[in-house]
Amino acid sequence: MRLKLVPSETSFDFFKHARFTFGASVVAAVLSVIAFLVIGLNYGIDFRGGTTIRTESVQPVDVGAYRSAIAPLDLGDVSITQVFDPTFAEDQNVAMVRIEAQEGEEAITPESILAVEAALQAVDPSITFPSVESVGPKVSGELIQKAVISVLLATLAILIYIWLRFEWQFAVGAVAALVHDIALTIGIFALFRLPFDLSIIAALLTILGYSINDTVVVFDRLRENLIKYKKMPLRDVMNLSVNETLSRTVMTSGTTLIALIALLVLGGDVIRGFVFAMTWGVVVGTYSSVFVAKNVVLFLGLDRDKSKPNAGNQYADIDA
Amino acid sequence: MLQIAFWKRILIWGLVALGVTFALPNGFYTRVEGHNDALQLIDVQGETPELAAKRDGWPSWLPSSLVNLGLDLRGGAHLLAEVKVEDVYESRMDAFWPEVRDALRDERGTVGTVRRQPSPTDELRVRISDSAGMARALEVVRGLASPVVSLTGVGASDYEARGEGDTIIVTLSEAEQLATDDRTIQQSLEIIRRRVDEVGTREPTIQRQGERRILIQVPGIGSAAELKALIGTTAQLTFHPVVSRTSDKSADPGGRNVVYPSLDEEGTFYILEQTPVVTGEELVDAQPAFDQNGRPAVNFRFNPTGARKFGDYTAENIGSPFAIVLDEEVISAPVIQSHIPGGSGIITGNFTVEESTQLAVLLRAGALPAEMTFLEERTIGPELGQDSIDAGKIACLVAGLAVLIYMALSYGWFGIIANVALILNVGMIFGVLSMIGATLTLPGIAGIVLTIGMAVDANVLVYERIREELKTARGPARAIELGYEKALSAILDANITTLITATILFAMGSGPVRGFAVTLGIGIVTSVFTAIFVTRLLIVTWFEYRRPKTIEV
Repeated sequence: MRLKLVPSETSFDFFKHARFTFGASVVAAVLSVIAFLVIGLNYGIDFRGGTTIRTESVQPVDVGAYRSAIAPLDLGDVSITQVFDPTFAEDQNVAMVRIEAQEGEEAITPESILAVEAALQAVDPSITFPSVESVGPKVSGELIQKAVISVLLATLAILIYIWLRFEWQFAVGAVAALVHDIALTIGIFALFRLPFDLSIIAALLTILGYSINDTVVVFDRLRENLIKYKKMPLRDVMNLSVNETLSRTVMTSGTTLIALIALLVLGGDVIRGFVFAMTWGVVVGTYSSVFVAKNVVLFLGLDRDKSKPNAGNQYADIDA
Repeated sequence: MLQIAFWKRILIWGLVALGVTFALPNGFYTRVEGHNDALQLIDVQGETPELAAKRDGWPSWLPSSLVNLGLDLRGGAHLLAEVKVEDVYESRMDAFWPEVRDALRDERGTVGTVRRQPSPTDELRVRISDSAGMARALEVVRGLASPVVSLTGVGASDYEARGEGDTIIVTLSEAEQLATDDRTIQQSLEIIRRRVDEVGTREPTIQRQGERRILIQVPGIGSAAELKALIGTTAQLTFHPVVSRTSDKSADPGGRNVVYPSLDEEGTFYILEQTPVVTGEELVDAQPAFDQNGRPAVNFRFNPTGARKFGDYTAENIGSPFAIVLDEEVISAPVIQSHIPGGSGIITGNFTVEESTQLAVLLRAGALPAEMTFLEERTIGPELGQDSIDAGKIACLVAGLAVLIYMALSYGWFGIIANVALILNVGMIFGVLSMIGATLTLPGIAGIVLTIGMAVDANVLVYERIREELKTARGPARAIELGYEKALSAILDANITTLITATILFAMGSGPVRGFAVTLGIGIVTSVFTAIFVTRLLIVTWFEYRRPKTIEV
């Protein structure tokens, strides 16, 4: 007996609720952009500069005591958050202390890090500092620039590749799906104020790769079916193609999600943000390749005569 | 129909075997690491029974290269430093001034008297009293310039001079500035490398980044602050004659003199002659030691020229104080008791043992040509790294098992074949990582887990296609063949796009992100290889052996 999440023959009409499914995507993407503009992203030190100190102690974390210990040092905006994780041991209490970039300094001076560490040690003698990271404002500015460029470059490269391998309408459809995925991922990071650092950019690029992977598989089948069923309306060919690849789409997303969820739960808090972005991206990416990419292609329409040999050649009939 | 040439089979299994063999050492990480370290030590200090035992812990005919663990997994410190290359311009200008002065003095008749003017640090301004002689003066100064020694600046000369009223302004030419910058960075890299090596840590990364930045990653060091103390100090050691002692910071030192603070005594300053008698450049050795009172100190020895200068000076100035200056701070200013021949001496101050040891290291490695500012610093404790490795291992195992079970349940026998390929695939990823000496980072582990999830995709595409082809009932062999044939374009297009993003990640990213890009990229290549060749070969071999009339995928 086989495990089958999708029956071997399906004939769902993926356009039936297009108004709702595609509409929901558009609304979600717009809301994400608004969230990004209004709430903004909770940038990590990679992009904003400053210092984060990870503390670990056998004593419970007392955020108030930590804060009042650091306050006299006059380091500006200091944020302290406790970190919880199922992989932590019983008496492992972890917190993150974040200090903003100090004015006029390229990187925080070791003296101020030592002062913070001494102040926290006075509150809790058993405290240790498993990691300390500082990024100067000069580098963080460049990192933002690099991140934006790399996302744009990846999108552009994919656009060109799909355009070369398929029709330009496919390329536009694929990029629309990618923009949708990135917007929704940035949206959820803005909405829940999740820390947004360099590793999230890596996750975004991976989402790009994964989502395009999914979209290309559907497009590849569509290209094949367009030649096979020349008289069938575009909409029906699309439905057929998605149905034929549905089992594969669910299977692949399934295995990837299984792996990612294992990592999300058991991989520790250091990479949790990164893995979360990836998990969310796989879900959104799978959705967009089924409900967004082909809708855009349908909307743009295809010049299907091109699939005939010698299309556009007035002597085509004579040759035949 | 389902035929694969014999040589292809050999090639496929050969590649798999190669990958897995190279992956093998990683399964015995500590043992192989011990073997490698022992080999190195035996090379340096000869064989001992203990080292030989460690060396024999891993057979020498097996590959012994390991995947390097990144800082986030092993713990250590990371620094990004920017070298103030302009510092060197200043010393170049100071060094050029005497030449200019002497050359113009010979032309006193046409240019009058010359005097150096205050100027920005990267310029030399010289005023001549007779501005009518400007043309001649410029000619003379330009005549002092020599061609730039670099590959790109051929034909340009190193100094440029222009006249402004009665002032000659000398600057370094653009080509010379570039060449100087390059030399400064190379020199800084070399000195940092020497200093880090002196401390003796494992596999430090010291790399130039961009025009004037240096990336330093040292595994196993306690903190970035410690690393900074080691490489951030310029360590310019100089010996100056003392003019006087004062408590006034802003005292007027007088011409060609400088005011430097004392290192130990707060509020004490020394007025010293600007030109040092000897500098640290002429040191040949420095070792931590103790003085006659048992306090930590540093012993040093000069080279022959340094020793002669030092000896002559001490012989002529018995009874007067003499300042030992490190990076513009006076360590101590002892009174010369007697002539010191032989060129060795001792530096005493309020050192701890650690400080004297470090000072000795810095003096041996030499002074940095320019100051550095630190743009980025990260410290990761070794425990945190170990926690991450443990969590990553568990996550990989759970993810792998779950995917294996899911595949077996979905595709039965064919699922099991795909699982064998998946395991070989992970082995090959580690094999390639070890072969190219790549660094595994925490996001890199995530990349492997993601590959485990995505690697089955190519197999899934093929299997789904075989399922479809089976419906048209042209026999199982034909269905398998068509399945592979028709799924190929989807597999390639899908993976090439992912490879594009991995490449961009690699080119643009740094550190952990780069590690992720490497594992993702290698994972894509090996998973396509295993799906197209290895599973196919497994299926064909099975098919030839069993000759089934029907298959169920």
